[in-house]
Amino acid sequence: MKSVQSDRLGRRALIAALATAATLLGPATLAQKPVSLLNVSYDPTRELYVEFNKAFAAHWQKKTGEVLGVRQSHGGSGKQARSVIDGLEADVVTLALAYDVDMLSKKAGLIPADWQKRLAQNSSPYTSTIVFLVRKGNPKGIEDWDDLVKPGVSVVTPNPKTSGGARWNYLAAWGYALNKFGNHPAKAEKFVADLFGNVPVLDSGARGSTMTFTERGIGDVLLAWENEAYLSVKELGPTRFEIVVPSLSILTEPPVAVVDKNVDRRGTRAVSQAYLEFLYTPEGQEIAARHHYRPRDARVAARYASTFNVKVKLFTIDELFGGWDKAQAAHFNDGGSFDRIYTRK
Amino acid sequence: MFLHKTLLKRHSVLPGFDLALGFALLYISLIVLIPLSAVFLKTFTLTWQQFLDATTTPRVMASYRLTFGASFLAALLNAVFGFIVAWVLVRYTFPFKRVIDALVDLPFALPTAVAGIALTAIYAHNGVLGQWLPFKVSFTPLGVWVALVFIGLPFVVRTVQPVLEDVNRELEEAAATLGANRWQTFGKVIFPIVMPALLTGFALAFARALGEYGSVIFIAGNMPMVSEITPLLIITRLEQYDYAGATAIAVVMLVASFALLLLINLLQSWARKRQGGLA
Amino acid sequence: MNTAALPAKAPRAVAAGTAPRRIRAATAEAPWVRMLLIGLALGFMTLFLFVPLVTVFYEAFKKGWDVYVAAVSEPDALSAIKLTLIAAVISVPLNLVFGVAAAWAIAKFEFHGKNLLLTLIDLPFSVSPVIAGLIYVLVFGLQGWFGSWFIDHDLKIIFAVPGIVLATTFVTFPFVARELIPLMQAQGIEQEEAARVLGADGWQMLWRVTLPNVQWALLYGVILCNARAMGEFGAVSVVSGHIRGQTNTLPLHIEIIYNEYQFAAAFAVASLLALLALVTLVLKYLVEQRVKTQLRCDGDRSE
Repeated sequence: MKSVQSDRLGRRALIAALATAATLLGPATLAQKPVSLLNVSYDPTRELYVEFNKAFAAHWQKKTGEVLGVRQSHGGSGKQARSVIDGLEADVVTLALAYDVDMLSKKAGLIPADWQKRLAQNSSPYTSTIVFLVRKGNPKGIEDWDDLVKPGVSVVTPNPKTSGGARWNYLAAWGYALNKFGNHPAKAEKFVADLFGNVPVLDSGARGSTMTFTERGIGDVLLAWENEAYLSVKELGPTRFEIVVPSLSILTEPPVAVVDKNVDRRGTRAVSQAYLEFLYTPEGQEIAARHHYRPRDARVAARYASTFNVKVKLFTIDELFGGWDKAQAAHFNDGGSFDRIYTRK
Repeated sequence: MFLHKTLLKRHSVLPGFDLALGFALLYISLIVLIPLSAVFLKTFTLTWQQFLDATTTPRVMASYRLTFGASFLAALLNAVFGFIVAWVLVRYTFPFKRVIDALVDLPFALPTAVAGIALTAIYAHNGVLGQWLPFKVSFTPLGVWVALVFIGLPFVVRTVQPVLEDVNRELEEAAATLGANRWQTFGKVIFPIVMPALLTGFALAFARALGEYGSVIFIAGNMPMVSEITPLLIITRLEQYDYAGATAIAVVMLVASFALLLLINLLQSWARKRQGGLA
Repeated sequence: MNTAALPAKAPRAVAAGTAPRRIRAATAEAPWVRMLLIGLALGFMTLFLFVPLVTVFYEAFKKGWDVYVAAVSEPDALSAIKLTLIAAVISVPLNLVFGVAAAWAIAKFEFHGKNLLLTLIDLPFSVSPVIAGLIYVLVFGLQGWFGSWFIDHDLKIIFAVPGIVLATTFVTFPFVARELIPLMQAQGIEQEEAARVLGADGWQMLWRVTLPNVQWALLYGVILCNARAMGEFGAVSVVSGHIRGQTNTLPLHIEIIYNEYQFAAAFAVASLLALLALVTLVLKYLVEQRVKTQLRCDGDRSE
């Protein structure tokens, strides 16, 4: 079951293990293996963590002499949270929304309820926002949210019921409508309903939607995470797509957390904590910025100011919706606004 | 000993009944029954009203219509064309017949995910077939139907083939001597013999299509109320941490599948009795 | 029983006095009907089977041989291959043993509840893979029946290899049994009874009489069981945990690289499974010829 990489690490780990005390390793069954962490993350961070894990492993080895292997699991944010609740032994989770991490606490008692305060910036070392990805030349002339509800415009977004990214999309649209119609919930609902009237297919995850838009050629505009949009343009060709940033969007704060119950059982608390803290260091922030996440560190942000559209006005979920619990209950749970929109169709 | 006494209908001199049946029952219980019961037990934590609520919302009902409807239509198409393919394979010779015969089992052998991405690529609007079609296939209920036809294809052919092969030519010749033309012979002599097998094959294809996930999930549009299959809704419930709701829908599907399968086995039993074998 | 396809016989209904015309047997259709049926059958098969199969290989090689080789030899792909093989190597023999036991009980004895048992055996065929995965999560997951007992004792079932093997075993459960049962039922019990009379005990009977009679059907069932075991997607996806390089089987790995925009690579790995499918079909065809012969011999024998 081990990959080629961990076999190599295994040999070196034996030597390292002789030097470092057995207290750093977990139960007896793990005595011969190198230290390994499992990072359960959501879809768009694949590339980010490939680079970050390498950097952190190098840093950790320099600091403690311990050889570290970080395994990754990716999937839809909600699906990943559910897997951890069902027993996937994550040492850290790096998910799309705080609501999913809250579930680890509420449904399984894996982390304490005040987890979000334990790391700086609400446990979000990097942020992103929701932007539009359009075809090169922007043939439908899409500039802002209003253009998405026009007839004849086809919008691609994932299903808010299954995708964390889709929920950010939904709330961004709703937030814009609230702003436009002076905080009138009914008008906002109509706006979002019109938008979803223009949606031809709901994939279950953000990557699925991106594929539908870019590869299957469906839709005029894709609602996407900013970093995902940049990645698409880079991977699939700047000659095919361009990014349009709306006037107003939501500040998405994907959180990270140590999973207490698991790290205590596996004895990996120290390294897991260091792993997450490394995200806040200049080196970690550089890596995030390189992968098109907005860094929190002001200096790194300044260096990357040209790549990020800084004119967009950003609101947070706390400001407009009172936090994830309220937003989830009002919009995405059964009987919420999304269900109303869809049963009316 | 225990099984011997309670279940056996007729005394048999052959040994091993207890061991064989005992082991089989144990294995089934461990691998199939006990885990399956987890689904039912979880559902029983709901009140009857909650169960009805979970399984009869408009969105769930729409998914039943799609899943059961598309499966039924796919099995129907497979029944018609599967019969033709079986007929052609049994009765005629033509070039590449052996290749075609072997290819019929491709859906059995090919992984569902592979079938899924291939079909999606073909019928997308820029795909090799999709670009010529005036209507959309990928991401519509039609796409779901195409995927289900693919995976159900072997069932009808393989169930009908052996029976067709066994049809006694002398019966047909007798009918011809009595003045029947080919169509009459087919309708009154051949088809009734093959009908039980055709029904069985249809029911098998239907049952298989009901449960299919891997190939459909790539090509379905997953629009609520339009192109969501029921297994997807089970997953949606799970993602919302509503385990009981997920198991409720799963129970509905399981009961439907079980009923279908029981029907199939009764059909096969009836067909076998007709031909004079062990019931 | 006349089962061989005989060449067209002399016609019986040639009207007296008519000029000789193209004759055909009374048991054959008009040529146009034949052509039409063959055309329809071939068209149907091409559209629904041939095109998808070709597409897999076409897309796999679209970006060239190098991309293909790189895709199938990268570490994650290799560990996926390994995991797929492990799952198959464990689940297939288990299901084989079960299949023989169940077929023995069902084909050689009459007992109450036989139809029920047959239905239960067939159940995994129509249970959705999502449900198949879900049931194991409900039993072995942290929130399941055993709760944290497994994890506390450091035994990983779900989201690890054992869970994947369990889900694979469930899904491929009926294959061997379903191949053996009809054949053994057709063969009846005379040979076994004869063996009994000659003094054989149960195991000798099984090993020397029954199994040799069904060896090809057995092989056939094993081949199909293996193909499905290696290709299962839905059920494994639910119990896998998607840990890269560790708990991803080949079908899951395909989904992952497909979602990373590496389409040629995804189809390249998919082509491995498609190749396996084709090999399966060839083997199956060869075996099937033997099964047909066996059925015919037994049919003649039991008359």
